[in-house]
Parts: sequence; structure tokens; C-alpha cells
Amino acid sequence: MASQAWKVTTDPLFNNNPIALQILGICSALAVTSQLATSLLMCAALTAVVAFSNLFISMIRNYIPSSIRIIVQMTIIASLVIVVDQILKAFAYDLAKQLSVFVGLIITNCIVMGRAEAFAMKEPPGLSFLDGIGNGLGYSLILVVVGTIRELFGSGSLLGYQIMPLVKDGGWYVANGMMLLPPSAFFIIGFFIWALRAWKTEQVEKADYQIHQVHRTEVI
Amino acid sequence: MPGILNMSRDGIGYIVVMAVGVCLVCSVFVSGAAVYLKPLQNVNKAADRQSNILEVAGLMEPGIDVRQRFDERIDTKIVEIETGEYVESIDPEDFEQQEAARDPEMSVKVPREEDIAGIKQRSRYAEVYLVKGNGDEIESIILPVHGYGLWSTMYGFIALEPDANTVQGLKFYQQGETPGLGAEVENPKWRDLWPGKLVYGPEGEPQIRVIKGSVSEGTPNSEYKVDGLSGATITSRGVSNMLEYWMGERGFQPFLKRIRQGSLTAAK
Repeated sequence: MASQAWKVTTDPLFNNNPIALQILGICSALAVTSQLATSLLMCAALTAVVAFSNLFISMIRNYIPSSIRIIVQMTIIASLVIVVDQILKAFAYDLAKQLSVFVGLIITNCIVMGRAEAFAMKEPPGLSFLDGIGNGLGYSLILVVVGTIRELFGSGSLLGYQIMPLVKDGGWYVANGMMLLPPSAFFIIGFFIWALRAWKTEQVEKADYQIHQVHRTEVI
Repeated sequence: MPGILNMSRDGIGYIVVMAVGVCLVCSVFVSGAAVYLKPLQNVNKAADRQSNILEVAGLMEPGIDVRQRFDERIDTKIVEIETGEYVESIDPEDFEQQEAARDPEMSVKVPREEDIAGIKQRSRYAEVYLVKGNGDEIESIILPVHGYGLWSTMYGFIALEPDANTVQGLKFYQQGETPGLGAEVENPKWRDLWPGKLVYGPEGEPQIRVIKGSVSEGTPNSEYKVDGLSGATITSRGVSNMLEYWMGERGFQPFLKRIRQGSLTAAK
């Protein structure tokens, strides 16, 4: 049991990462990662929502009629998201303002729905909660990596502290403006997936088709 | 409850009971959180409002204590919009203009033909902010303005010089316009176009406009004109109409006239 709990919590980090392997939740990963602080807040918000939605859905999983199960899951997830949004507005107002709609959009984050449907509907509450934490951490891992790279190279700072003084302030670092734009997150996530699959080759997908080897004699 | 749990899982009765039950529990949970956290959120909102006022007055610097700077430099007054006089009977601490506009006793209906800014119901009183210099002279006058853009009512502040005519700044703190187009009313570059513009023409009527396209050296009366936001014609028109209304005789003109005559100063 203990080893299963450990596996459920840590597997989503590298072996079954929701962003890198399942390619879910990309939208918010692009939108909120131009600064590390907003990335961290988003990670905390998403992890809390996945963990608790898994917990509550798993607690009532045997009583949810299958014909309305998706809408029941949505109701629970939406309620949790509103509560998280309210908490952020009460305790981290400035950052919450920067995250604006993206906290609300956690409702539509595929990771949350995916875990509810794939895991919490079948497994007991404790394990589901840990699965939520694990998937939240897997999402967080990518967001923190992307947020760190984007803020460091885009603004020369981390968490608002200037690390590489910018040329416009009399320093030496010329900020890379592209890093502040959402497409840069695409590239960084792409490189992350590349690195991860070079390390764990079993994640490489089989090719859908094979390029035909052309022999010299055939051409003629 | 056990009776319900023994019902068939696919029966319509069970589904309805379950759906209503989940909704009830969730709504109690959500509204509980909203009510419980409201006071904390209001404190944050007030602090945010103060920092917006400091910013439009040009007093905002990173790392300052917003509350302290606000109390030191800014005098909050309640003005009766129609007469332009200070009202002492309302405590600024308890006054919320957005709430007052909904209160029948505190507000007036704006007749449709006058309602160019699309505000429908207007508070009879407004909270204005006077920025004090080191002595008691006024350095700037900050007035709250709001009006309808394309999708939303935009709320902002306009700061005027003591001549009650020259703009020091315009800043919106609450709006729901299209991100990237109308929402550019919050863009610092666009806001930088405002300082130095004049509100009132020689006849004393509000002249300031957001025009379509951009203002160049050759534009006639360029001192009253500000570049429109590209791709946001309706939002730009909304800003224009808002200023026309609030700077006009139904808005703050009576108050600004009194300021110009020197009959209202910061030290009462």
C-alpha cells in the first residue's frame, strides 16, 4: 500500500507527466509562465484543485449515477475553483489580478477532468488525493521550469529580484523579448519533452508510418 | 438518506435527488467561502484603489507604504456633484460610489438623452481626492470617472492640475474590454499620451476627445485630442463620451469651477 501511494504520487513527475507525456493543460502553461511568481501561484492553485476534486469525487464515486457523472464532476471542480479564486483574492490580491481569468479557467483544465474521470472514479479517496497531488506536482514541475527560464532570460530576474542587470538599466544583459511572449513556452516545453524522452526512451511514441527506404536501383 | 441510497442508480428519481444534493452542498460551500472572505477582499480592494490613486497622481514608487503615503499626501472629500460643494455629513470611510449609485436615496437616474456615457444611474455624491503639496496648496485634483465601453463599464481616475483644466493623467482600474484591443486603455504607453492635454475649450465647454487615428503636429486643436486605440473604436468613443459627461455641467464642471475661483481649497 505504501509503495503504491508513493508510486501514485511520484509517477506523474517524470514517468507519466501530465504535460510532457499526456500533453494536457498546455494552455495555462503558456499563459501564466512569463514570471516565476505567477507560475508558482498557478501551480499551487491547480494542485489544490486536482487534489481536492479527486478526494471529493472519489468519496462519492459509488453514488454518482453514470449518466450525469461528468456534470457532477464539473460541479465539484467548478466549486473548488471558485473557492480557490476567492482565497487568492483575499490573500494574494496583486498576483491574483495578474492571473486574472486563468484561475477561473482551471475548471476547463484537462488535467483536472482527466484525473477525476480516469482515477478518482475508480480508486479510494486517500489514493485519489495523492494522485491529485502527484499530478499537480507534475504540472508544477513543468511550469516552474518554464517560468524560471522565461523570467530569467526574458527580464533577467527571478521572482522579481534582478539577477542579470539589464542594458536599459545600465547592466550588460540584453533581454530576450521573445521569452516574454507565449510562443516561447511552446519551445521550452518542446525541449523539455525532447530531453525527457531522450532520458526515458520508453516514452517515445511509435511512428504512425515508416518512411520508405529508397534504394538507388528503384529510382532508376 | 439510506432509502435514497437503496434506490436504483439509473432511476430518474435517484439522478434528480443526487444532482440537487451535489448542487446544494457545493453552493453552500461556495457561498460560505465568499461570505467569509469578503472582509479580507474588501481591504485588498481598498488598498488597490489607493495605489491606483497614487499612481495617477504620480506619487507611486515601488516599495512605499501605500496607506501611509496616501494618508500623508491625499485629502479625500465628498462632493455633491450637482452643486460642486463639499459635503461634510458623509464620512469618506463609509462611502462607496459604486454602491451609492445603486441606492435610490443617494443616486439620480440619468435621463437617456443626457446619458452619453451609458451610466444609467448616477450617485449624487462623488469621492474626490486632493493631492497636497508640502504646504497646504493643492497639487492635483483627482476625480473618479466611469462609462460604458464596448463590453463593460470602465472605471478610472483622471488627475488634473490645480488650474482644473490641464490633464496630469488618466488611469482605468476596472474594465472588461477586449484584451489586446480595448483593454489597452490600461497600457502605460497610451496613458503617457494624456498628460498636458487640456479639458476645457476657451468657451469653458469640455473639448477633450479621443480621436480616430493619431494626433500629429498638424492636427488642429491637438491640445484637446488624444490618439484612438487601434482596433478599439467603440472603447475609444466610450472614453471620449465618459470624459465629455464627467467633465461637463452634469459632471464635475460645477466643482471644478469652484476650484478655479479659489473658493474650495484643501484646508476647507
